[in-house]
Amino acid sequence: MNDVLVGIILATLGAGTPLVFAALGELITEKSGVLNLGVEGMMLVGAVCGFAVAADTGSLWLGVVTAMTAGAFMALLFGVLTLTFQANQVAAGLALTIFGVGLSAYIGLEYTSVALTGLQAVHIPLLSSMPLIGPTIFSLDPLMYLSFVLLAAISYFLYRSKAGLLLRAIGESPRSAHSIGYPVIRIRYLAVLFGGGMAGLGGAYLALVYTPLWVEGMTAGRGWISLALVVFATWRPARVILGAYLFGGVTILQLHVQGLGIDLPAQLLSSLPYIATIVVLVLISRDINTIRLNSPASIGKTFHPGA
Amino acid sequence: MRFKIEARPQPSARMAYLSPLIAVGLTLFTGLILSTLVGTNPLDAFYAFFIAPIDDWYGLGELGVKAAPLMLIAVGLAIGFRANIWNIGAEGQLAVGAICGGGLALWFYESSSVFLLPAMIVAGCIGGMLWSSIPAFLRTRFNTNEILVSLMLNYVAVLILSYLVHDPWRDPSGFNFPESRLFTDAASLPIILDGTRLHAGFIIALLVVALGWVFVRKSFVGYKMQVVGMADSAALYAGFRRKHMVWIGLLAGGGAAGIAGISEVAGPIGQLLPSVSPGYGYAAIIVAFVGRLHPVGILFASLLMSLLYLGGESAQMLLGLPSAVTGVFQGVLLFFLLAADLFINYRIRREPAVSPIVAATAADTEVTP
Amino acid sequence: MMTTNRMFLIAFTVSLLAACGQKDAAEPDASDAGDASRLKVGFVYVTPISDAGWTHQHDLGRLQMEETLGDQVETKYIESVPEGAEAERVIRQFAADGFDLVFTTSFGYMNPTMKVAEMFPDTTFEHATGYKSAANVGTYVARFYEGRYLSGIVAGKMTKSNVAGYVAAFPIPEVLRGINAFTLGMRSVNPDAEVKVIWTNSWFDPGREREAADVLITQGADIVTHHTDSTAAVQAAEEKGVYAIGYHSDMSRYGETAHLTAVTHHWGDFYTRRAQEVLDGSWSSQNVWGGIKEGMIRLAPLNDAVPADVAALVAEKEAAIRSGDLHPFSGPISNQDGEELVAPGTTMSDEDLQKMEWYVEGVQGKLPR
Repeated sequence: MNDVLVGIILATLGAGTPLVFAALGELITEKSGVLNLGVEGMMLVGAVCGFAVAADTGSLWLGVVTAMTAGAFMALLFGVLTLTFQANQVAAGLALTIFGVGLSAYIGLEYTSVALTGLQAVHIPLLSSMPLIGPTIFSLDPLMYLSFVLLAAISYFLYRSKAGLLLRAIGESPRSAHSIGYPVIRIRYLAVLFGGGMAGLGGAYLALVYTPLWVEGMTAGRGWISLALVVFATWRPARVILGAYLFGGVTILQLHVQGLGIDLPAQLLSSLPYIATIVVLVLISRDINTIRLNSPASIGKTFHPGA
Repeated sequence: MRFKIEARPQPSARMAYLSPLIAVGLTLFTGLILSTLVGTNPLDAFYAFFIAPIDDWYGLGELGVKAAPLMLIAVGLAIGFRANIWNIGAEGQLAVGAICGGGLALWFYESSSVFLLPAMIVAGCIGGMLWSSIPAFLRTRFNTNEILVSLMLNYVAVLILSYLVHDPWRDPSGFNFPESRLFTDAASLPIILDGTRLHAGFIIALLVVALGWVFVRKSFVGYKMQVVGMADSAALYAGFRRKHMVWIGLLAGGGAAGIAGISEVAGPIGQLLPSVSPGYGYAAIIVAFVGRLHPVGILFASLLMSLLYLGGESAQMLLGLPSAVTGVFQGVLLFFLLAADLFINYRIRREPAVSPIVAATAADTEVTP
Repeated sequence: MMTTNRMFLIAFTVSLLAACGQKDAAEPDASDAGDASRLKVGFVYVTPISDAGWTHQHDLGRLQMEETLGDQVETKYIESVPEGAEAERVIRQFAADGFDLVFTTSFGYMNPTMKVAEMFPDTTFEHATGYKSAANVGTYVARFYEGRYLSGIVAGKMTKSNVAGYVAAFPIPEVLRGINAFTLGMRSVNPDAEVKVIWTNSWFDPGREREAADVLITQGADIVTHHTDSTAAVQAAEEKGVYAIGYHSDMSRYGETAHLTAVTHHWGDFYTRRAQEVLDGSWSSQNVWGGIKEGMIRLAPLNDAVPADVAALVAEKEAAIRSGDLHPFSGPISNQDGEELVAPGTTMSDEDLQKMEWYVEGVQGKLPR
C-alpha cells in the first residue's frame, strides 16, 4: 500500500511538472497583460533544441539551458509581432504554435533515433530514508526541485517585490503605467521572454527527464493544458501548482482505475481530468471578486504607447 | 534619426487591401531563402505550394472542401471575438455537431426522406450550440472563464465521439472497427461540381458567411456586440446586457461549428470516425483574425489557409519535402500577415534628430523605478 | 511607403508569372518516367517516419523493395496524412499522377482507398489492416499475434510477480488479438500469470505511455509491453528496473537491460513481391495474412538475461508456428466469463480473428465496451 501511494505521488509530481513550468511562465506573461497562446509551440521548440544539444554534447544541463533559450527566442518572435507590430495576440499566439510545431519537427528530423538517459532523481541524504515523504518529496529529480524554488521565487516576486508590483500594474492598466513613465513595452517584452523560457523548460522536462527521446509533437497538448491552468489558477502562482497536480493526479488515478480492472469505459475515465478541472474552476470562480482581484484587466488588448 | 510608430487618425483603407499582398510578398521572399536553405529551387517551391494544388478542377474543388468548414466556423467565432468572448472550443463543438447530425443519420438509416439531410444539418447546429452553451452558462452564472471551459470540453467531446464509434454506434458489419456505418445517399451532401468532392456544404458555408455579414453590418445586435468589444463601459452605460452578448457570441460560434461538423461527416467523410477534424476548430481562429473578424475577409482568409494546407501536401509530393516544412512555412506566412496589418492602423514615421536640450529634458522626466 | 508597396506588388506579380512559366518544367511529367516499365509506387503514411514504430517499419519495407528492384521502380511517400477525408485527396493525387501501385498503410484509409480505386481502375492499390477489397484493391495484414504469443512465452518465464502490464492505445481487434495472444502465450508456460491493460486513447503520446507504464509497474507488473507508437514504455521499464517487450521495431537501444525482445514487423518481402507482380502483370487482388512463416513477423534477438532453456523453448515454438503445427488461437480458449470460445482441437478462423472483441481468461479488467 505504501509503495502504491509512493508510486502515485511520484507519478503525479512527474505528470504535473512540465505543466507547472509552462503555466508559471505564462502566468507572468499574462500578468503583464499579454496573452500568449503559443505555449505548445514554444515547449516543442524548447524540447527539441534541448534534446539536440544534450545529444550532441552529452551534457543534459546544457540541454536544459538551451531549451530555455530556444523557448525565449520563440517568445521573442511573438513579442515583436504583438508588442512592436501591434498584431492581435490571439492570432499571433496561434501562428506561433503552428510555426513551433513545424520548426521543432524539422529540427528534430535528425534526432529521432537518439536514446538518452534522462536526469536522474536525487536522493537527499538522510531525509530520503524517512517513511513516505522520504522516497517522494526528498527523492525527486533536480528539475522538480527547481519547480518548487521557482514557485516560491515567482510568488515572492509578484507579491512582495516592487518589480512585481510594477508588472501587475502594467497588466491592470498599461496606460496609467505609461503615463507615469514606466517602460511598458520593455517590461512586457521581459515578461514574454520569461514565459518563453519557462515553456522551453517545460519542454526540456519532457524530453530530457520524463521520456528522454524526441518525437514530433511529443508534448501532445500539454501546452494547451498549461494555458488553461493559468486561468484555472486565477492567475495566482500557488494555485497553478495546485491545478497542475490536480490535473496530473486525476490522470494518474484514472490510469490506476483502469489497471485495477474496474468496469468503466476508458474514454469516460480519460475525460475525468478535464471535467475535474472545469468543476473546480466553477467552484473557485463563483466569487467574482476573486476573478476581479487577480485577472489582469488589460489581458489580450494591444497597447500602443504613442497613441 | 529614429523610426517611430505613430497611430493613424483613421485606419487606412488602402493598406487594408495592400497589407495581405505585402505579407505574401514578404513570405515569398522568405520562402526563397528557406527553399535555398533546404536545397530546393525556389520557383519549384512556389509552384508546388501555390499553383500545383489548384491547377485542375479537382484541386479547386478540394480548395472549397477545405475552406468550407474554416469559413463556417470562423464566421461564427468572429461574432464572439468581436465582443471579446473567447471561444476556443470550436473543435469540440464541431465534434458534437457531427455526433448529433450523424446520430440522426444512423437512427433513420432506412429512410430516404428528402427531409433527412436538412434535419441532420439542423441537428448538427443544435448540437454545436448545446456544447457551447456549457461555457456560456458557466460564464454568465458562475463567472467561469470561457477559455478554459471551452478548451477542456474539446477533449471531452472527442472522447465522447470515440466512445460512440467504438461501442454503441459501431458498424455491425464493420469487423468491430471503430467506425459507424457509411451514410446512405439520403443522408449525404450532394456533390455540386462533377469530378470533384465539392459538396453542398460549401453552399451552406457561403450562406452562413452572408448571414454573418448581414448580422455584423446590418443588425442592431451585431452592432451591440461590436460596442461591447470595443468599449465595455460604454456598452454597460448604454444598457447592452453583457450576459446576452456572451450567450449570442458562444451560440453563434457553437452553431456554426456544429454545422461544419455535420457537413464534414455527411460530406467528404461519409460516416462517423473517432476523428472528424484535422484541427479545423483551431485553424478557424486564425482564419477569423487574418480575415480581421469580418465575413468577407474571412472568406478570403479561409481560401488562403486552405491553399496553405493543400500546398504543404503538394510540396511533400512534388519536392519530397518533409511534412515538417509545411508548418514552418504556414507559420511564417501567418507571421507576415499579422505583422503587415500594422500598417493599417499605424504608420512609420522618421523622427528628425532630437536636439540635445529637448533630449535632456525628456530624460529628466523619466521616472526611475 | 507607397514606392515600397508598389515594389512588393510588382515582386509578387513577377514571381507569380515566373512560376507559371516554370509550370511545365516543375510538373511531374508522365513521360519523364523514362522507360515505360519503370514502376511508380506510392506510399501513404499515417504518421511521420521517425525512428521506430508502425510507419518506420513500413518505410524500411519500402527501402528494401527499392534496393531489391533497383531501376525497375521509383517510389514516393507522403507522411502524416490524417485518416478520413484528407486521405482521399492524397491517394487520388498518387493515382492521378500516374502511379501504378499505391500502398495505404493504415486502417482509416480503407474507404478513401476504395473510393479512389473506383475512379482509377487501372491503378493497383494495397490497403493494410482493412477488410474491403476490389478488383484493383488488395488487402494485407500481418499475424502480429504470432509474435505476441512467443513474446508471451518469454514474459511468462521471466516474470517473478506473475503480473505483466500492457500499454494499449485503442480497443480495436488488432490490439485485442495482440493482448490475447500475449496472455495465452504467457499462461501456456505460467498458468498463474495475469495481464493488466491500460488504454491511453492515443497512438502517440509518449508522456501518457510512460505514465501508464509507471502505473502498471506500481500495480505489480514486472514485465511491460505495449501497442502504441513510441518507445516510452520501454524507457519507463528501464528506469524502474523491470523488463519490457517492444513492438513494431527492436527497441533495445531504449532499454539495454530491460528490453527482453520485441515483436517486429517486416514488410519488405511483401512489398517487393507485390511490386514484382505488378511489373509482371501477374498481380491479383488478395487478402494477405502473413505471419512468421512469411517473414512478416519476427522476434528481435533475445536479451542476454534470458536463460538458454527459455530461448530454446521459444525457438521450438517459433518453428512450430512456422510449420503450422502450432496456432496461438487453438482451443480450448475461454473468455473472461469462462465461456468457451474455441473448442479443444479447433483453431479460430481468420474471420473470427479479424473481428475479435473480447478478452481471454487471464486478462484483468473489463473490455471498454
